[in-house]
Amino acid sequence: MTPVLVPRKKAWSGSRTNRQNTGYTGLPPWVFALAAAGGLFVLLPLAAMVSRVNWAHFIPLITSESSLTALGLSLRTAAASTVLCVVFGVPLALLLSRASFPGQHLLRAFVLLPLVLPPVVGGIALLYTFGRQGLLGQSLELAGIRITFSTTAVVLAQTFVALPFLVVSLDGALRTAGTKYEAVAATLGARPTTVLRRITLPLVLPGLASGAVLSFARCLGEFGATLTFAGSLQGVTRTLPLEIYLQRESDPDAAVALSLVLVAVAVAVVSLSFRNSRAQAADAESG
Amino acid sequence: MTFKLDAALHARNFDVSFTFGGTETVAVLGPNGAGKSTLLAIIAGLIRPDSGNAALKQKKLFEIGDGANNFLPPHMRGTALLAQEPLLFPHMSVLENVAFGPRAAGADRASALQTARHWLAEVEAEEFADRRPGQLSGGQAQRVALARALATEPELLLLDEPMAALDIHAAPMLRRLLKRILATRRTIIITHDVLDALMLADRAIVIEDGRITEEGSPREILKKPRGKFAAGLAGLNLLSGTITGHGLTSNCGLDINAHPQDGAVVGQDGVALFSPIAVAVFPTADHGSPRNSFAVRITDMEPHGDHIRVHAGGLMADITPAASADLGLMPGMTVYFVIKATAITVYPA
Repeated sequence: MTPVLVPRKKAWSGSRTNRQNTGYTGLPPWVFALAAAGGLFVLLPLAAMVSRVNWAHFIPLITSESSLTALGLSLRTAAASTVLCVVFGVPLALLLSRASFPGQHLLRAFVLLPLVLPPVVGGIALLYTFGRQGLLGQSLELAGIRITFSTTAVVLAQTFVALPFLVVSLDGALRTAGTKYEAVAATLGARPTTVLRRITLPLVLPGLASGAVLSFARCLGEFGATLTFAGSLQGVTRTLPLEIYLQRESDPDAAVALSLVLVAVAVAVVSLSFRNSRAQAADAESG
Repeated sequence: MTFKLDAALHARNFDVSFTFGGTETVAVLGPNGAGKSTLLAIIAGLIRPDSGNAALKQKKLFEIGDGANNFLPPHMRGTALLAQEPLLFPHMSVLENVAFGPRAAGADRASALQTARHWLAEVEAEEFADRRPGQLSGGQAQRVALARALATEPELLLLDEPMAALDIHAAPMLRRLLKRILATRRTIIITHDVLDALMLADRAIVIEDGRITEEGSPREILKKPRGKFAAGLAGLNLLSGTITGHGLTSNCGLDINAHPQDGAVVGQDGVALFSPIAVAVFPTADHGSPRNSFAVRITDMEPHGDHIRVHAGGLMADITPAASADLGLMPGMTVYFVIKATAITVYPA
């Protein structure tokens, strides 16, 4: 994994390929050394895992019935959770970046809390909200709705942990975009809903897309909250990470193969969002 | 009277009231930070004043204070705002930008696009219809922005220094366009440029420190300024003070010899006005009466046309480069500004 070391060489030779305005980087050499170590720290374990893949049985391992069931469930629930994140995250981000009301900072802090909260704690919190004895669970039970240990619970758990990713990235995009275009649109006679639909959202679409992609990735990797709140029933709540954890004991080869599938999905998702932010930067330059 | 405004905003020390009628174009002049943009933002509904009221024809824009608290949101006001930056929506084509207003007003797509084409032609920009805003020069973009504002058929068009961000080649064309387009329209235009006020406006107001300090036709204001700012626009020296029997005693204590105009009453507030070209600069005191001679310290010197403009004691003198060289003028020197009494006009402020 030599690419990590390349920037160091460039800095020494005073290369002018830097994308910033000047060729000067001004970074002390030890920064490059530490950054290289940090990069290796992430890459090495992945490489170690790839080296342990049983390539001969790779395809059968990832196409076994339980694997495909888990993968399918993961993709379906992650997609549903991402939709929920967009539905609730967009208004939240709009409120946090555009409105001003008492308690706004508090709301921001609470919305972002799942980012730093251990997912298992989130799972317990959800259990005491939607569980049979929970805050809302009792009324839901009376209405004949049971959420815990169902696919709905998986979606709720994933939404809970992934929502902040969408809010943070959209909030940033909204702040960068500013309100100038919205003000112009309003003076041109556009109602608030029209301004939102035709100006605000199209302008932050790249930010919204990368936020949704990040949320999707977070949903896909969700483990702790899901296990706590939804359990591990094959085909109902056992998503891919849970399946991997389970297989790790009985069939390490299958666990490694499935892990690689998740890595592949994650890489695809991250590069997609990277392309998005690059496109956004290019847009900003030309616009 | 088709437009009236009375608005106060304490946070910005802003308190302005004025009315105008017909299809006038009103130029708003004033130093930076005086509250000109605040005025337009309040009219457009982008800033909520603390108190006051405004009406455009029969439509109440806002009424705040004395128990009332009505505030019409910007999209219901019919006041299109064009700022220094064109702010064309970057994700739409030029044509879609201009069609935005008609679409927002409920027109169907086809007729909105037709309206947009009409207004693009009006501002001589129809060939840019299919371009993206990023592909336009500053002047082209500002013309498109003007078309976009006009396409909403605003009852009152608000222009905030539309020419300020344009280069010297693009500004004359836009000015010519505005001259034609504003003739039949109710417009308020903020400008830094005397030429804009003279060419485009029927009336001008000067705002200083959040208050209207002068009001009248642009010619009138430039010919008979009552404050430093308007005098500066006209390129004239102005001293405020009290009218005396033989001229005026300025607020800074200068005794000015001049013939007060008819109607000036001794003891009344007044101003003395004189051109920098009428100011002679001498190294020593000149005692020839009825001349005015003031000892001043030079603060700055700059080229001004084919003259040297000498700034001293808040006044300006234009002298030839040769005279400046002969006198060896330098900032910091004390010299005497000498003005003939007949070159000074004194009138009530």
